[in-house]
Amino acid sequence: MNIFSERKFVIAMIFVAITIIYLIRLFYIQVIDDSYKLSANDNALRHKIEYPERGVIYDRNGKILVYNEAAYDLMVIPRRVQEIDTLDFCKLLDIEKETFITKLNKLKEQKYSSYRPEVFQSEISIETYATLQEKLYKFPGFYVQSRTLRKYPQKIASHALGYVGEVDDQIIADNPYYRSGDNIGRSGIERSYEIPLRGRRGVKIVMVDVFNREKGSFEDGKYDTASVLGQNLIASLDADLQEYGEKLMQNKMGSIVAIQPQTGEILSMVSSPNYDPNLLVGRMKSKNFRKMVLDTLKPLYNRATMAKYPPGSTFKLVNALIGQQEGVITPSTLFGCSRGFAFGGLRVGCHPHASPVDLRYSITTSCNAYYCNVFKNTLQKYPKTAIGFEVWRNHVMSFGLGQRFPIDLPQESSGNVPTISYYDKYHGAGRWNAITVISLAIGQGEMGVTPLQMANFCTVISNRGWFYPPHVIKGVENGKIDTLYRTKKYTTVDEKYFDIVVESMRNVVTNGTGRIAQLDSVTICGKTGTAQNPHGKDHSIFIAFAPMHDPQIAISVYVENSGFGATWAAPIASLMIEKYLRREVKRLEMEKRIVEADLIPKKSDWIAKKK
Amino acid sequence: MAQGRNEGVLQNIDWITVLLYLVMVFMGWSNIYAAVYNEEHQNIMDASQSYGKQLVWIITAFFIALVILIIDGEFFPTFAYPIYGVFILFLLSVFILGTEIKGSRSWIAIGEFRVQPAEFAKFATALALAKFLSNVNLKFDQLKARLIAVTFFIIPPVIIILQKETGTALVFSSFILVLYREGLPGIYLFLGFAFAVICILALVMSPTLLSILIAIGCLVAVFLYKFRLKAIIYAVGAFLIAFATVHSIDYLFENVLEEHQKKRVNVLLGKELDLKGAGYNVHQSKIAIGSGGFIGKGFLNGTQTKYNFVPEQSTDFIFCTVGEEWGFFGSLVVLSMFLFLLLRLIFLAERQRSSFSRIYGYGLACIIFFHLTINIGMTIGLAPVVGIPLPFFSYGGSSLWSFTILLFIFIRLDAYRFQILR
Repeated sequence: MNIFSERKFVIAMIFVAITIIYLIRLFYIQVIDDSYKLSANDNALRHKIEYPERGVIYDRNGKILVYNEAAYDLMVIPRRVQEIDTLDFCKLLDIEKETFITKLNKLKEQKYSSYRPEVFQSEISIETYATLQEKLYKFPGFYVQSRTLRKYPQKIASHALGYVGEVDDQIIADNPYYRSGDNIGRSGIERSYEIPLRGRRGVKIVMVDVFNREKGSFEDGKYDTASVLGQNLIASLDADLQEYGEKLMQNKMGSIVAIQPQTGEILSMVSSPNYDPNLLVGRMKSKNFRKMVLDTLKPLYNRATMAKYPPGSTFKLVNALIGQQEGVITPSTLFGCSRGFAFGGLRVGCHPHASPVDLRYSITTSCNAYYCNVFKNTLQKYPKTAIGFEVWRNHVMSFGLGQRFPIDLPQESSGNVPTISYYDKYHGAGRWNAITVISLAIGQGEMGVTPLQMANFCTVISNRGWFYPPHVIKGVENGKIDTLYRTKKYTTVDEKYFDIVVESMRNVVTNGTGRIAQLDSVTICGKTGTAQNPHGKDHSIFIAFAPMHDPQIAISVYVENSGFGATWAAPIASLMIEKYLRREVKRLEMEKRIVEADLIPKKSDWIAKKK
Repeated sequence: MAQGRNEGVLQNIDWITVLLYLVMVFMGWSNIYAAVYNEEHQNIMDASQSYGKQLVWIITAFFIALVILIIDGEFFPTFAYPIYGVFILFLLSVFILGTEIKGSRSWIAIGEFRVQPAEFAKFATALALAKFLSNVNLKFDQLKARLIAVTFFIIPPVIIILQKETGTALVFSSFILVLYREGLPGIYLFLGFAFAVICILALVMSPTLLSILIAIGCLVAVFLYKFRLKAIIYAVGAFLIAFATVHSIDYLFENVLEEHQKKRVNVLLGKELDLKGAGYNVHQSKIAIGSGGFIGKGFLNGTQTKYNFVPEQSTDFIFCTVGEEWGFFGSLVVLSMFLFLLLRLIFLAERQRSSFSRIYGYGLACIIFFHLTINIGMTIGLAPVVGIPLPFFSYGGSSLWSFTILLFIFIRLDAYRFQILR
C-alpha cells in the first residue's frame, strides 16, 4: 500500500538492536561484574564495632582503683553543616573563629565522602557537653558521641596499674585483633591483664542510607557477633596502705614493697617519685607523657620492680642462713671484730662494738667482720672457690634473688647475683677467691636486688623458708589466678635455721640498729641496711615483718641517697606496718617528720659531693 | 475481519496493548513504592507519599483513557491542527504562569499538583505531523514539504529549550524516524548518524587527527566510485562540512552548552571522573543495578534505592529499583515488554488503512523508543544523563497522563480503522 512499507523492518531492527545492546550491557554489570555488589555494600552497610567496657579493678577491700568514665567527642558530618551562628558555636567551645573555619574546611576537603562523620573536637568537658546538648539543634551536622576513658578515683598506684594507650602500627602488625584507633594496656596491670580486661569486641552490621542514618540491622543480625564484657579484677593492693605509702615517700626517691607473707600478695608497691595516673588519660595524655619522659627523676620508672640496688647489710641475714645450712657457723660461733675485718692487704671496716661476736649479736649490731668470716668459710669449705661459690649462689637464688619471679607486671628486672663466669672474665679463671669477692658478704659489690626481691626475701624469713611468687592480682572475675602464684617455693635452707635469725631481727628493733622502728606491743622484726653507691649519699634500707610469730606483712623500704637505714627507711617501714595492722597511725610526730622531709638530692649537693 | 466493522469501540480495541499498558503502569507503581519505601508509611495508598499520589495519577489516567476511547474516531484527524495550536499556546503560557522547579521553568502549579505542558506537546505534535504528512496532495519528495514537516516538530522543542527542559526537547528528534518511514531518504539517517559520531569523536580526539581520518575516508569513497565527478564533488563537500564540524564542535561545546551539561557529556565520554558531582548519579545508579545480580535482592530489599543512594530514584532513575530488586531477570522482563510493545505498535501502525493513523502510530512508537533508549541508557552509563522519564514506570502525573493520552489516541484510532474508507 505504501512504497516505503519495507522500512518498517529497518525501524523494527533499530528497536531490536538497542534492546539487545542494553540487555548485553545489563547482563554484564548485573551478572558478570561483581564490583558493583561490593560498592553497594560499601554504600549501604556499616560495620559498627561495639566495644565492651574494660574491666574494673578493685583493691583487696573492694575499693575501686580503676573504672570507666564516659567521655564526649564532638562529631561533625561536614556535608551536613549549614550556615550556623559561628560566633555562638565558637564561644561554646571556647575556640577562635579562624580555628573553626580552618578545621571545618580541612575536614570538608577530605578525599572520602563528606558524609562520613569525623571528630571535630575530642573529649569535650561534661559542662560543655551539657550546654552544647541544649543548643545542638541550632548546629546541623554536629553531634556528640560518647566513649569511655579510664578513671583512677584514688589517684594512686600508677606504676602497678599502668595505663592504656592507642595501639601503634607494630602492635597491629603483631596482633590481628587490634585495629587502628583501638586501645591497649601499655604498662602495669592494664598490660599484663590486657586480655581479660578488654573482653572481646563485637561487630554489628547495620544498613545506612545516603545520609549515614541507621536503617536497621543487616539480614536480622545474621552476621553480627556479640561483644564480651571485660572481666573485673581484684588487685591484692590495699588502697589505704598504698596511699599512705605514697604520702610517706613524697619528695623522696625510692620504693616501698609490702607483701602478705602467707599468700605472696603485694599489699603495696610504691615507687617514688610517681604521678597521678589520671594524667595519662585523655586529651592531655601525650603532653603529660612527654613531660614525664624528660623528667630527670624518672617518674615513669617503676623502681619497685626495676631498680637494682645493693642489698647492703640486710643481706647479712641471707649469709647467716647459708652459713648455718652449710655448717660453717652455729648460733654460738664467735668471731672477733676490731673495727673491721682484715685479710692480707684487704680491710673491711666496721663500727665500734663489743667483741667477740656471736650470730645473734652480729645481726643486732650489724657486724661486718662476722659476715666476712662466714662468707669466707662458706666458700673455703669446698676444695675450689668456684665450687663453693656455686653452692653459695644457689642458696642465694633460692630466696628469689637475682631472677625474675616473674611477677604479673610487664616490667621486672632480674636483679643481679654475680656468676662464676663473670668473675672469671673479670679476674681470670682461678685467679679469684673468697677474699676477692668479700664485699658480697655484706651485700655490696656486684650484688643488685630490686625492692620487690627484698620484700620477698623478708617474706621468706617471716615464713621460715618458703614463699609464693609475689603478685598484684589476687582474683579474676571468672577464673583463678595463674598456678604459678598458687605454688609454694622453698628455699634451700632448712626451717630450723630461721628461728635464730628471726629472733635476732626482733632484737634489731628492740635494742639494735633499728630501735626507731619499735611500735609498742607489735612484735616487729627488722634489719637495717645502708648501701654505698657511686652516685651520691648512701641508700637508706630497711626490711621488716610483723608480727613475729604470725607474720601479716613483710616490707622493704629503700630511700635513695638519704643516709643510714635507721634514719629514714626504718621509721617508714614501721609506720607502714602500723597503718596496715592498726588501720590508723598514732605516731603523728614521726609521720610528720617523714612526710615533711625532702630527700631528693639537689644539684648543689651533687656538686658539693664531687668536690 | 469484516465482522468487526460495525461493532462498538470496545470490541475493536487492541486488548494486548491495553494489557501491556496496565501491567507496566502497575509494575511502575510497585517499583515507586519500593524505591521510596519507608517503614513509617507502609500503606501503598498513603497519599502523603509519592506512591499514594501516583495512585491518584493512575486513576485519573484511566479516566482520561476512557474519555479518549469515547471520543469519535474522526475527532483527532479533524482537529489535529487546532489541538496543536492550543498546546503550543499552553506551552507558551508557561512563560507567564510558570513556576521554576529544579532550574527548569517549565511547570504550571495548580494548588498542590503541578503539570508540565512540555509533556503534552508530544502528542499534539504527533497529531499535527500525522495530519500534515497524510495529506493526499503532499509531495514529500520536495524540499519544501520536508522543511514544513520538520518545522512541526522544531517549534515545540525551541520553546521547551527556552524553558530549560532540554531533555524533553530532545525527544522531538525521534520524529526523524517517522519521516524516514514516510519516505525521507535513508541517507539523511546515515548522515545524521555520521554527524553524531563525528561530533562525539571531535570531543574525544584531536581535531587534526580526526580531519586526516575523514580525508582518508573521503579519498577511499572517491576511489570506490572510480573518480566520477559527482563522487568527487560529494566527497569534497562532505569533507568540508566534517572539517568545519570538527573544528567548531569544541567551540560550540564550550560556549553553547551549560556547565552541568558539559560535565554530563564529559563524564559519559570518560574524560572526567567525578564521582561526587555529575558522575555521582550514574555511578550510584550502576551500583544499584549492578548489585542486583541475576535474580535481584527481592521486593523492598534494595538498599541502594530505598536508602536514597540513587538520586531521583522514583522518577528518572526508576529503572534502578527494577535492576536492584529484580536483578537481570527483572531487567529482561521489562525490556522485553517494551520491545514487545514497540513491535506491536509497528504492527498496529502498518495495519491502518488511513495514513494519518499509521503516521501517528509511528510517532508514538518513536517517542516511547526515544524515552526508553535514553532513560535506561543513562542508568547503565550508555547514554548521557538527560532527565526524561521511563514511560508508564516513572513517578509523575504529567508523564503518565502524556503517555496515556499518546497511547490511547492510537488505540482509539486503531479501533476505528474499519470505519475508514479509502
